[in-house]
Amino acid sequence: MHHLEVKDLTSAYGQLSVLKGVNLRLSKGEVVALIGPSGSGKSTVLRVLMGLTPPTGGQVLIDGAPVNYRKAASVRAARDRMAIVFQQYNLFQNMDVLRNVTIAPVKIKRRPRREVEAEAERLLAKVGLAEKHHAYPDELSGGQQQRVAIARALALKPEILLLDEVTSALDPELVNEVLDTIRGLAAEGMTMLIVSHEMAFVREVASKVVMMDKGLVVEEGPPKRIFDNPQTDRAREFVGKILRH
Amino acid sequence: MNYTFQFGVALQQLPGLLQGAIVTFELGLLTFWGGALIGLLGASLKTFGGPVLRRFAGAYVIFFTNTPALIQIYFLYYGLPDFGIRWDSFTCTLIGLTLNAGAYLTEIMRAGFISAHRHEMEAAETLGMSLWQQIRFVIVPHIAKTIYPALANFFVVILVMGTSVGAVVGVNELTGQAINISTENYRWIEMFVVVAGIYVVLTLIASLSLALVGRWAFRVRVKIF
Amino acid sequence: MLIEILHQIPRFFSGGHLRLLFQAMGMTLALTAIGCVTGFLIAFLLVLLRRMPGIWALPFRLVSILYVEVFRRIPFLVVTYLVLFFIQAFVSDASLFTIAVVAICIYAVAYTAEIIRGGLESVARQQIEAATAMNFSRWQTLMRVILPQAWAVILPPAVAFMVGFIKDTALVSQVGVFELTFRGKELNNEGFSGVLVFGTIALLYFAMSYPLSRCGGWLERRLASPRSQRSHQRLRPT
Repeated sequence: MHHLEVKDLTSAYGQLSVLKGVNLRLSKGEVVALIGPSGSGKSTVLRVLMGLTPPTGGQVLIDGAPVNYRKAASVRAARDRMAIVFQQYNLFQNMDVLRNVTIAPVKIKRRPRREVEAEAERLLAKVGLAEKHHAYPDELSGGQQQRVAIARALALKPEILLLDEVTSALDPELVNEVLDTIRGLAAEGMTMLIVSHEMAFVREVASKVVMMDKGLVVEEGPPKRIFDNPQTDRAREFVGKILRH
Repeated sequence: MNYTFQFGVALQQLPGLLQGAIVTFELGLLTFWGGALIGLLGASLKTFGGPVLRRFAGAYVIFFTNTPALIQIYFLYYGLPDFGIRWDSFTCTLIGLTLNAGAYLTEIMRAGFISAHRHEMEAAETLGMSLWQQIRFVIVPHIAKTIYPALANFFVVILVMGTSVGAVVGVNELTGQAINISTENYRWIEMFVVVAGIYVVLTLIASLSLALVGRWAFRVRVKIF
Repeated sequence: MLIEILHQIPRFFSGGHLRLLFQAMGMTLALTAIGCVTGFLIAFLLVLLRRMPGIWALPFRLVSILYVEVFRRIPFLVVTYLVLFFIQAFVSDASLFTIAVVAICIYAVAYTAEIIRGGLESVARQQIEAATAMNFSRWQTLMRVILPQAWAVILPPAVAFMVGFIKDTALVSQVGVFELTFRGKELNNEGFSGVLVFGTIALLYFAMSYPLSRCGGWLERRLASPRSQRSHQRLRPT
């Protein structure tokens, strides 16, 4: 039984079909990377998983149990087990760093404040932001904000972590600090689904690479094979383009 | 409650009301253009004038935007006769509203002046345009496009709110006509409901036409809803 | 004529008259404050209702949209008269003060609703998505994420509207409420020069409106800078 399984997932926006039947499988502790050109639907997969965009067909299973995105309770239960980090960090601008990290566990998951704050301090130290507890998002750099976002996601103690192009909005010199954090999480055995453009990083961290194009999975396999020896034309074309520079 | 609604009676009076609507439009248009001229003058004084002129224009704006239009009209209507000047209610309303509008329009125009970038003028200059050409082809279109939404909205505001004030001193614009007719047929509620409806229709037409003109002439998107 | 006006001044500025005018100013401010604040609160409810998802909320959404679009396009004088006639048709002994407040309220709801809606929508959609992804309920997202940030966008124009309304209350003199303009008309009818009376009334309105509008400007500047916004929010835990 897979930790996370996606079967024939479709999602449409009016007439526009964004996902046309996506299939994914993640085992516990596996790090899977979703790559592909813009508009291929990679981010949409993550959004559908978190219940931010409604699916129009297909199935999502967590530990074999299907998620019913039409029932609020089912969606809530699914969200309880997953956490997402967005490209634009999406931190709450009216709260300081500590509050951003602790608010959901305390107010939504109803864990005791002391315990959550201690955990938050540990997580912030882990992402390298130990002294920034009372800073506000607009006082931080992009890389710092993204690391807060990661700490915020981790504070929810998710089983599965979804990362949506988390380095795309960052200045190049800030990308590495975020990648280091993710590297650490992978080493600790967190199940992760990563959408990324950072091919070198993907190659290093992912155990499986899934390439998408126009709403469908085009090819999947270990990074070595996908990058060095793509089987399908489309994958070959994409890899050729991205590896040229 | 023993009051039977008779809207038929009110609707019969439409011609009279529409006459009032015409006066409303007249008043609105005259007020707007008069106010715009004052606004242009005031904005120029405030932007390009010396300290004395700036203070003067500033005082004018501050005074007329912090006192009610009704009081300004009352001052003219009941105050000027003391000095032998007896203007009729339409004139007093027109002048009072124009002075009032001029103050607000000064600020709107001034915002437009400020928005004109020096860079645009410099670019135009390097292209070989004379000052007059710069003003005509670069500055004025830019300012006009910037302030058009505010101006369009202000016109509708004068139409709707400003002119109805005239009814208080007896001007036969839409509200005034409603009062006149109601005092005769005693159908106050129906008359005023119809009049409210006419105002909504009038302002919608005005907003829509101005939005269309804006879209066509300036390619400016003006919000109606 | 100027001489006659000068002669009137001592009589005009007698203690009795001054007290009357002072009370009338109080009435003007009371009308504005009560009417506009009540209107603001009702508008808030209306906007929240309008934002509710689901088919059952459709009639509310329609009503609130129609209400705002209609009452923003009717002059305040007409609204006041309508309120007067409607209330008197049902409750013949309703106080004029109540009628005026209701009229102000109805008008204020229509205008502040747009301000409030704009403020709530100004909060970035992305933050709301983050909250949703963390299982915040709609109410929690509203109270903990949207409102704390929307205030800064809502308050300055809302306050500006209320301060501006001080001038609009002059129109309720038409239904006989004892506010400043009404007293002015009274004094003018008693024979005092129009210049003297309405000049003074104008200055009294100015004395109420201008300082408050400066405060409004100060508030706007203070809310615009993020640092001050924060010290302002530290007093209220999220």
